[in-house]
Amino acid sequence: MTKAIERQGFPVTQIANLTPIAKTVGANRIVQSFSIPYPMGDPKKTPEDEFAMRERIVEKALDALTQDIQDQTIYKVDMG
Amino acid sequence: MKKAVLYINQFFGQIGGEDKADFEPEIRTEENGVSQALNAALKDIEVTHTIICGDNYMGSRQEEALAFVTGQLEKIDFDVVIAGPAFQAGRYGNACGIVCKTVQDKFGKPAITSMHEENPGVDLFRNDVIIMKGGKSAAAMKKDIAKMADYLNRKLAGETMGCADDEGYFGRGLRHQVWPQGEAPASKRVIDMLLKKLHGEPFVTELPIPKSDRVPIAAPVKDLSHAKVAIVTSGGVVPVDNPDRIQSASATRWGRYDINGMERLESGVFKTIHAGYDPAVCDANPNVCVPVDAMRDMEKKGKIGELHHYFYSTVGTGTTQAEATRMGNEIASKLKEEQVDAVLLVST
Repeated sequence: MTKAIERQGFPVTQIANLTPIAKTVGANRIVQSFSIPYPMGDPKKTPEDEFAMRERIVEKALDALTQDIQDQTIYKVDMG
Repeated sequence: MKKAVLYINQFFGQIGGEDKADFEPEIRTEENGVSQALNAALKDIEVTHTIICGDNYMGSRQEEALAFVTGQLEKIDFDVVIAGPAFQAGRYGNACGIVCKTVQDKFGKPAITSMHEENPGVDLFRNDVIIMKGGKSAAAMKKDIAKMADYLNRKLAGETMGCADDEGYFGRGLRHQVWPQGEAPASKRVIDMLLKKLHGEPFVTELPIPKSDRVPIAAPVKDLSHAKVAIVTSGGVVPVDNPDRIQSASATRWGRYDINGMERLESGVFKTIHAGYDPAVCDANPNVCVPVDAMRDMEKKGKIGELHHYFYSTVGTGTTQAEATRMGNEIASKLKEEQVDAVLLVST
């Protein structure tokens, strides 16, 4: 899906846990998520810390949209 | 008698389903359904141990999981590792591939697995690992096991093995020198091929060049603070009544849902219908998959111009690449109409 959307000219950041799969399938901008069932959540954190982590992931993904990358790039986020 | 170690996930290890996908790896000597079927098909090879590991554990904590696998294998006398079959299960395919590759790299011993052609693990590991062409679901278990066993029976007995197509595994992109039995010499074959090509007749190349399907990298967003950003997800988040009746697996439908004026996605209003992961956390707070709350904050801080009024959703488990491409195209057309500038795609 990422590829089909990017083919139409949209920059796409894929937020994915299994980054090697996202890369093989052909995503160009990839941000690693926290886990598979809760990409931007962590039930072990307080709601405040969880929200802060979600913001860091979203912010990284948005920043990736502005990067003039030359190759497939995987971005990592401090999960706290 | 040669010794084999089997790697399977929590489901085939009879630990449990998605709720046990975080299962920490364990090694067992008792038989299980997969090892029994293998032992029935293997000759002079016996499965002595089974390593069971949750798919999410292997996905999210790969280093620890692989350290466990190699640590256990160091203590055991074994000749081959068999992983799966993984059918069309993406996380399981990834796990089987990385286990086989690690075993080969670290121990220099053969490893084999089996996957359906749509399993993303095929493209990830086909260059490194023998991946037999397998069925879509566990209904193909017996057949897939027979193929792996037949290959290993002959390989470990020291027989000369054929090329990928003849043996039934995904080509690794390796070229071997072979002496075709009873065929014309290469000089004649190439001229025959050239004549067929000139006459517009069909011919089969002897040196296929694999095609890669890369999408050109889209130009970056110039000014994010004025951009309209949309969220698309394969995590199956929908309004609780699932108005578009998106399937929980092997989806062919997608939905477009209004979030205008919402500060966050409320539990009880939205939920996930994805059958490929434990929904508990996402149902309690759908923002962990569709981060409306965090994006609203980004709007307030002026990081983005606006969050698009709709998010798009489907289910990405058992979904074929062809269907995913079609749905991606349909969603992209809509995004164009709605003058979206950029997309965050959340996959689970």
